[in-house]
Amino acid sequence: MTVDAPLAPGTARKRRARSRTTLTRSSGLGLGIALTWFSLLVLIPLCLVVIQSVDGGWETFRQTLTNPQTAAALRLTVLQAVYVTAINVGMGTLIAWVLVRDSFPGKRLLEVVIDIPFALPTIVAGLVLLSLYGPDSPLGINVANTGRSVFLALLFVTLPFVVRTVQPVLMELDRDVEEAAASLGASRFTTLRRIILPSLAPAITAGAALSFARGISEYGSLVLLSGNLPLKTEVASVRILTYIENGNEAAAASVATILLLVALAAIVLLQVLSSRVARRG
Amino acid sequence: MASRLAQPKTAGTYVRRLFVIGYLFLLVIWPVALVVQKTFDGGLDNLQTALSDPVVTDALQLTVVVALWAVAINTVFGVGISLLLVRYEFPGRRVLSALIDLPLSVSPVVVGLALLLAYGGTNGTFGPALEDAGLQIAFATPGIVLATAFVSLPLVIREIVPVLHEIGTEQEQAAKSLGAGPWQTFWRITLPSIKWALVYGVVLSLARALGEFGAVKVVSGNIAQQTQTATLVVEEKYQDFEQGSAYATSFLLALIAVAALVVVTILRPKDDIDGD
Repeated sequence: MTVDAPLAPGTARKRRARSRTTLTRSSGLGLGIALTWFSLLVLIPLCLVVIQSVDGGWETFRQTLTNPQTAAALRLTVLQAVYVTAINVGMGTLIAWVLVRDSFPGKRLLEVVIDIPFALPTIVAGLVLLSLYGPDSPLGINVANTGRSVFLALLFVTLPFVVRTVQPVLMELDRDVEEAAASLGASRFTTLRRIILPSLAPAITAGAALSFARGISEYGSLVLLSGNLPLKTEVASVRILTYIENGNEAAAASVATILLLVALAAIVLLQVLSSRVARRG
Repeated sequence: MASRLAQPKTAGTYVRRLFVIGYLFLLVIWPVALVVQKTFDGGLDNLQTALSDPVVTDALQLTVVVALWAVAINTVFGVGISLLLVRYEFPGRRVLSALIDLPLSVSPVVVGLALLLAYGGTNGTFGPALEDAGLQIAFATPGIVLATAFVSLPLVIREIVPVLHEIGTEQEQAAKSLGAGPWQTFWRITLPSIKWALVYGVVLSLARALGEFGAVKVVSGNIAQQTQTATLVVEEKYQDFEQGSAYATSFLLALIAVAALVVVTILRPKDDIDGD
């Protein structure tokens, strides 16, 4: 295995490289097996997608992305994911706040409710939403086969992310500081803005990144709900599937690569934020 | 905890509480309740029809087998890699820990595509060679297991890693100094302290594995009674206007997932949830 330490002069570098690993022989073997499995399952297949997308030169890439149907699908996907993430930032933080700071009978039930969208099979999630917001809606609201259905489905499946990242941070938050601020004459709004929000910000951003990544990649819950109408309710994942079914793997890989790049950007953002949190703690 | 209880309740507290409950009621509780209601619309007829349909039962059976394989693989891999990531230093550790989360952000359809490009029988990179050796992966059960393992891979790890960080190494080192071998230390010290996190991770993986749809749709070929999983049956039944069967199958899938989740939430010690 290569050592990717930054180049430092002579012995200093050698000593650092050696002290950076504490692997024993058996744990080294374990790491080898784990990495092999991870590569075969995740890394190599994903790399093949990226390779396939640039295999036919940039021409396939450019052609796929300028296809009006694909461009519309990508625009819809990213736009709806952004809207949903914005809602989740507000609602998710509020839900986490109520779950941590408030106490009332049935609170543990709400904890389970938060996890339901994550546990429910996505195709069932679509069916579930269709029962209240579909053609037979008891509320008289029918969003099936409209742009709103994409928004609704994403809102459902991304519900847990911000709540679950903010909740633990909010629990750890020191109440003394808030009380001190209040005793020094800070209004509730000032305390919220100057004390609470800055401590929650990294967790909120991390949750938002997860929710966005999930949003742009959603497929299952949309199948029954959105009708997959070209140029109207068709999302990027559906475009990829259509390309695969038509045997056009290069085009499918191009759209997939765009999605991967966006997801990767979200992960990098997450990592940067969480290391910043660690440094602050 | 004490100061939390002492918090005075203002009007804002109630407004926030009602707003959150209302939001969750409209988005999750009511729709889920409607599906349950629709399943039992004609008494137990829907469930009986679904469960006497060989297409449905074969699919449920396949789903359970695949989910168990995927969860078993992810549990062993997850515990191993979590221990390596937390207890050892090695070059590239941070990169690996970032990459582990990758499957959560990849579209299921892309997962399917990636596995087809690697293990597809005719033009995959490894597929033809493996098929010559008598192992068909794409459009067969191994492919479905791979897809399912892929999408649920980080769940166990995400639950265990924070707990491993928190419990520290004191007890493990004490065990070691008293002459315990690595296996003994793991079974007697480490495993009991990560028990609940592991159970929670396994349940989340199981729920995700039972419910995987997009990735399985691409790699399975969706052949009834052979490679069709339960979620694929739900789609087909719904589109074939056999909605009763679709609702009944959905209900069964949701029941397993939600029941497992509820059981763990109840069993898990309270202070563990609070992260103390």
